[in-house]
Amino acid sequence: MTVTTLTHLPGQSRRGERLLIGLAVSLSLLFIAAPLAFIFARAFSRGWEVYAANILHPMTLHAIWLTTITAIIVVPLNVAFGIAAAWAVAKHRFPGRGILVTMIEIPFSISPIIAGICYLLLYGRQGLLGPWLQANDLQVMFALPGIVLVTMFVTAPFVAREVLPLMQAQGTEQEEAAVTLGANGWQIFTRVTLPNIKWALLYGAVLCTARAVGEFGGVSVVSGNIRGQTNTLPLHVELLFNDLNAVGAFAAASTLTLIAIVALLVKAVLEGRKAG
Amino acid sequence: MSTATFDPPIRAKRVLPGFTLSLGTTLLYLTLIVLIPVAALILKGAEIGPDRFWRIISSPRAVAAFQITLTAAAIATVFNAVYGLLMAWVLVRYDFPGKRLLDALMDVPFALPTAVAGLSLTALFSANGWFGTVLHPAGIPVVYTIWGIAMAMAFTSVPFVVRTVQPVLEDMDPALEQAAVTLGARPWAIFSRVVFPAILPAWLAGCTTAFARSLGEFGAIVFIAGNLPFKTEIAALLAYIRLEEFDYNGAAAIALVLLGFALILLLVSNLLQFWASRYHEVSR
Repeated sequence: MTVTTLTHLPGQSRRGERLLIGLAVSLSLLFIAAPLAFIFARAFSRGWEVYAANILHPMTLHAIWLTTITAIIVVPLNVAFGIAAAWAVAKHRFPGRGILVTMIEIPFSISPIIAGICYLLLYGRQGLLGPWLQANDLQVMFALPGIVLVTMFVTAPFVAREVLPLMQAQGTEQEEAAVTLGANGWQIFTRVTLPNIKWALLYGAVLCTARAVGEFGGVSVVSGNIRGQTNTLPLHVELLFNDLNAVGAFAAASTLTLIAIVALLVKAVLEGRKAG
Repeated sequence: MSTATFDPPIRAKRVLPGFTLSLGTTLLYLTLIVLIPVAALILKGAEIGPDRFWRIISSPRAVAAFQITLTAAAIATVFNAVYGLLMAWVLVRYDFPGKRLLDALMDVPFALPTAVAGLSLTALFSANGWFGTVLHPAGIPVVYTIWGIAMAMAFTSVPFVVRTVQPVLEDMDPALEQAAVTLGARPWAIFSRVVFPAILPAWLAGCTTAFARSLGEFGAIVFIAGNLPFKTEIAALLAYIRLEEFDYNGAAAIALVLLGFALILLLVSNLLQFWASRYHEVSR
């Protein structure tokens, strides 16, 4: 007799089980699946041609390009940070490790809009570094550097959070063996550690990408919403919506939704790998 | 650094190389990207001074915004506490077709950009959306009300509850429940006396994180709220509006209050997680 059959009494609980499953499935369909499906239903509500025209509109293409550039800069930096943080915390013992882990997690608890305000108060014209930046003719706010920096803040914990627990669970024995065999730091990392963490690293990078391209609140503060210049894809969605171009907004949103779905598929595949 | 193994034993405390490099990189990145910007906000708060700070955050419009944010976040969290627990329970305890898909669905709010979620929910519930066509004639407007705000908050924060409770439920020792069955306990008694106390700390921690996330949510809400001052204007949006008016003091003061909430809730959640992990060890 298996555990599950033991914990549930016959008769009444069978009905209870069906009731709970039914409730869970219908609530999730209404609350989570419907908004997801609705995005595509609206995006394609006037057919493929209108959809294609919406996506290929120069403003939308520019927003896609800006968002792509941001992700291309942010994700590799975030991967490097995640690996460095995980290596320091998981493979070494030092005072303040717990504090460091909490610090890495801090951006998770800070609202992106607050992050945006922080950056504006630092780099904005009235900000702490404002006068110096102006004197040197450097534009951080309302330009690509500001968008990149805020996105880095918001996505900072993503890779570290995936890699760190895995590195901790794997311990240091394999790396120590490599040291006794005379391997140098780079060899240890690329031949011993990296193969062990590659899937977690990939998943972290995918999550980071999804979050980076979707960032809204923080970017909204620092970008200045300059049409065709500092409008990232999520900001462009809002702009189209405010312009009462709902189908256009949903078309732009559908590209972001596809990226989210890819991220979820990668997760499913990697989890299948772990289980199999 | 990489030659640490060849040093005399006393200095060779660290067997693995790269400590200085990795810790240095981590601290530099955190300092530049996280700490200095947050410090800039705190400095701005200090510059405002306590009197002006209090006047800004106790102005009627700000108080109304905080009230709306807290109320909506509370509604969202109560809903998620029940729905999230139900999902965790169903996903761990039962087997049924489509279970893996349902499990993957729980990650959608994490992966989907908040602005996209907000856009979709708004259109779904507005007069000509799938749900709006049913709810509007029934006289239940969701869009541009506090219920819409609460729903957007609930959508973006539900995975926190599910994903915190799920692993604890998975790791629970079946012997506890088996013992309860042999003692003749009814299913409800087993749940409320055996299962629920074991998952309580994790459940509370998940709800705390979901509440914190709801307080700071912006992207999903600006679409659905209608953003009327004193009615459907949330605190994060008021801070944003102050920025657009170049009232940096006003924006900073509201942001600091939200930051304070977030850090307190982070502390509470960490304490609850700590309690959860201790409970877990004892029950093994």
